Amino acid sequence: MFGFLLRRLAVLIPTFIGVSIIAFSFIRLLPGDPVELLSGERVMSPERHAIISHDLGFDRPIVVQYFDYLGGVMTGDFGTSIVSKKPILDQFWSLFPATVELSFCAIILAIALGIPAGMIAAIKRGSIFDQGLMGIALVGYSMPIFWWGLLLIILFSGTLQWFPVSGRISLMFFFKPVTGFMLIDSLMSGQKGAFASALSHLALPSIVLATIPLAVIARQTRSAMLEVLSEDYVRTARAKGLSPFRVVGIHALRNAMIPVITTIGLQIGVMLAGAILTETIFSWPGIGKWMVDSVFRRDYAVIQGGLLLIAAIIMIVNLIVDLLYGLINPRIRH
Amino acid sequence: MKYKLTLAAALLSATMFAGAASAKTFVYCSEGSPEGFDPGIYTAGTTFDASAHPIYNRLLEFKPGTTQPEAALAQSWEISADGTVYTFKLRPNVKFQTTDFFKPTRNLTADDVVFSIGRQVDEKNAWNKYISGASWEYAEGMGFPKLIKSVEKVDDLTVKMTLNRPEAPFLANLAMPFASILSKEYADSLEKAGKKEQLNQQPVGTGPFTFVGYQQDAVIRYTKNKDFWGTAPKIDDLVFAITTDAAVRYQKLKANECQLMPYPNAADVKSMKSDSNLKVLEQEGLNIAYLAYNTTQAPFDKLEVRQALNKAINKKAIVDAVFQGMATPAVNPIPPTMWSYNKDTKDDTYDLEASKKMLADAGVKNLSMKVWAMPVSRPYMLNARRAAEIIQDDFAKVGVKVEIVSYEWAEYLNRSKAKDRDGAAIMGWTGDNGDPDNFLDTLLGCDAVGGNNRAQWCNKEFDALVKKAKTVSDVGERTKLYEQAQVIFKKEAPWATIDHSLAVVPMRKGVTGFTQSPLGDFTFEAVDIAE
Repeated sequence: MFGFLLRRLAVLIPTFIGVSIIAFSFIRLLPGDPVELLSGERVMSPERHAIISHDLGFDRPIVVQYFDYLGGVMTGDFGTSIVSKKPILDQFWSLFPATVELSFCAIILAIALGIPAGMIAAIKRGSIFDQGLMGIALVGYSMPIFWWGLLLIILFSGTLQWFPVSGRISLMFFFKPVTGFMLIDSLMSGQKGAFASALSHLALPSIVLATIPLAVIARQTRSAMLEVLSEDYVRTARAKGLSPFRVVGIHALRNAMIPVITTIGLQIGVMLAGAILTETIFSWPGIGKWMVDSVFRRDYAVIQGGLLLIAAIIMIVNLIVDLLYGLINPRIRH
Repeated sequence: MKYKLTLAAALLSATMFAGAASAKTFVYCSEGSPEGFDPGIYTAGTTFDASAHPIYNRLLEFKPGTTQPEAALAQSWEISADGTVYTFKLRPNVKFQTTDFFKPTRNLTADDVVFSIGRQVDEKNAWNKYISGASWEYAEGMGFPKLIKSVEKVDDLTVKMTLNRPEAPFLANLAMPFASILSKEYADSLEKAGKKEQLNQQPVGTGPFTFVGYQQDAVIRYTKNKDFWGTAPKIDDLVFAITTDAAVRYQKLKANECQLMPYPNAADVKSMKSDSNLKVLEQEGLNIAYLAYNTTQAPFDKLEVRQALNKAINKKAIVDAVFQGMATPAVNPIPPTMWSYNKDTKDDTYDLEASKKMLADAGVKNLSMKVWAMPVSRPYMLNARRAAEIIQDDFAKVGVKVEIVSYEWAEYLNRSKAKDRDGAAIMGWTGDNGDPDNFLDTLLGCDAVGGNNRAQWCNKEFDALVKKAKTVSDVGERTKLYEQAQVIFKKEAPWATIDHSLAVVPMRKGVTGFTQSPLGDFTFEAVDIAE
C-alpha cells in the first residue's frame, strides 16, 4: 500500500507543474489587459501604462515571469492580488472554508439521496418509480444551475419565505470567524439561534449545488447495480436463501460501489465548477465567486493562484479516491 | 429593600433591552465587493460607496442631491487673483474615528491634508508606493500630478495648495472620493508597526460611520461615529450585504433582508413600483451613451455623412428596447441635470428619407461600416449589442450595411481609442464631479484624441471655448462658453448622442432621508427607517 501511495504521489508533481503552466499561460492568452482595467473608461496614457506594467512586472518576458512565479509558489508565496493588494494565500484560506462547507453539505446530500434512489430504481427496474426517478434525474442533470437557483429563491424565499434569500448567516449575528466554517463558528459563538440561522442559509445553496451530482450518482448507482444484480454470484446468493437485504445491501452494493466512488470523486471537481455559479447566485463568499470576480477584473495573480490551489485540491481528492479503490478492491493496488 | 432592588434590576434590564431593541440597523444590498478601503488607489463607485462616503470626508463635498461642492473639512477658502493659489481654512475640533485598532490622540490638522493629497501627486512621497501595485489612477485621470505644484501646511488649520495653472473645476475635483482625507497619525503608527498595507484594509477617517469589519465578499459592517463633526447619523449600525446578482438583490429587498438596493434589472422596475412595501426613486443619471464616428476616416470625415447617419438612428426605439423606458434620448453631450446644459439645442429628427438624400448628395453609395458594441453592461448603456442591432437595422433602411463588432472589455477600451479605428463605436461616460469640463474637454477636447476622445475629433473653435472655460472662475461666464461649445458640437456631429439613463433606487417604504446623488453615490448618513 505504501508503494502504491508513493507511485501516486510521484505522478502528482509533473501534473502540478503542468497545471501551473496552463494556469499561468491561459489567463495571459485571454484578451484584456489588467493594467488597462485599473483605469476603466478613464483612459490611461501610454507612459502611465508602461510605469504600472513595470511595477507589476508585466514588462518582463513571459518565461521569466513564469519561473519567478513558480519560484514563489515553491516557497508558499502565491503572489498579491492586483486589485485588493492582499496576499493570494490569505484570501484563499479566508474564503475556502465557505466553499468546503457548501460543497461538503451538497455532496452529503447527493450521496445520501442518490445512492438509495439508484438502488431502489435498480431493484424495481422498469417500474413507474424507476422511470419517474430516472426522468427526474435527467431533468436535474440538465438543469441550468443559475436558473434553478433563482427559481428556488423566488419560490422558497420570496413567496413562501421558508428560507433566507442569500448569505451565510443572518446579519443579526456577528462574531469573529474561528474555523471559517459557519456551522461550527455559530455553535462556538454561543449566540442563541445562530446555528439554526447558518443551517437555514445553507439549505437552498446546498440543494442547488447537489442537484447535478445527485442526478449523476443516482443514475450511476442504478446502472452499476443492474450490472451487478445480473452476476452469477448474486443469483447464487439468492439461491442460498439469503435475505434480499443481504443480497442487495451487502453482496451487490459493495461491488457496485467502485464505479460510484469514481463518479463521486469526479463530481467533486464538477462541484467546484458548480460552486462558481451557486456562490454567485446566493452571494456565498467562497472561492468560486472570488475567481469569477477576478476573471472580470483580469486579476492574473488571483486567477493563476486560485486555479493552482483548486487544482491541487482536486488532485488530492483524486488521490484519496484512488486510495479508497485500493481499500475496496485490493487488486488495484498492484 | 429587597423588593426595591428587584424592581431596580428589572427596570435596569428593561432599559438595556429597550436600548438593544431600539438600535437601528440599516442593511444596504450592495452590488459588489470593494476592492479595498483606501479611495485614493481605486476608481470604482462600488469601492467609494464602501470607503470614501461612510468612512471619510473631503475638504469640500457635494451638497446632497446636487453636484455643487460645499464646505466640509475645509470651512472656508480663498483663491488668489490669478487662480493658482488656494488657501483652505480647516474646520476645528474634527475628530478621527476611534476603533479597535486605532485610538487617535489629536484632531484633524493640516498635516492630514498634506499627507492625503501629497502621497497621490508626489512620487517621492513615502506613501506613494505603500503597497505593491499602488497607483493613483483617479488623481492621474484628473491631472493632479501635473496640476498641483505644492501642498503646504501654513499652520495647524491652514493648508495652501499651489497650482501650475488656473483650473476652474479644481474645487469640484477636491470633492471627489479619491481626495478623501486620511489620518496621518494613523498612517505613522502603521509605518512604525511595519504594517503599511493595513491602511487599505482597516480604514480610519472623520466620516459619519466607523468601520467595524469586512468579511470578504460577504458583509461590511459600520457603526455610527459618535464623534462625527456633522449631523449625527440616525441609524446606529450600517451593514453592506454584498449581493452581486440584481434579481437576488430584489428578492432580499422584498424579504426585508435589506432596506435599499442599487442597480435593479430594468425588467423588475415595474413590479417594484407596484409592490406596496417598496418605493422607487428615479433621477436622470449624470451620464451619456453615444456612438462616436471616427471623424478622421473616410467617409466619416465628411460632416454630411455624420449628419445623415444621425438622422437614421431611432433613439426612442433604443431607449424602449434596451432600457424599457428608463432612459431619455440624448440631445447634447452633457446630461440635462448638469449646469450649462443648452436647452435650445435641437436634436436630429429621425427621418430616413432625408438621411438617404443626404447620403446620396454626399456621394456615398453602398456604404459598409462597423459599429462597435461594448461587451459589458454599464449604467448608461445596459445592452450595447441590442442598441447596435437597432442601429444596424436603421442604417440598413438607408442603404448602409453594418457589421457589429465587439471585443473583451479591456481590449475594447484599448482598441476603440485607436486613431485609425474602423467605424463608429458605442461608448459612454458617467460624470466624476458634476463639472461640464469633465464631459466636454475630457471626451471631446483636442488633447484627448487617441484617448478618451473616441471620435478623434479636434475642432479648434470648440477646443478654444472649453479650454477658456477652464481658466474662468465665474460660473455665469463659464455657462455661456459651454453653451456655445454645445452648439458647435451639435453642428459638427462627431457623435450620435444616444441616451441619458435614469438611475433607479428601490427601497423599503419605511426608509426616509435617502437622497439620490446625481453622481451615483450611495450615502447613508441622513437615512432613517420607520419599520
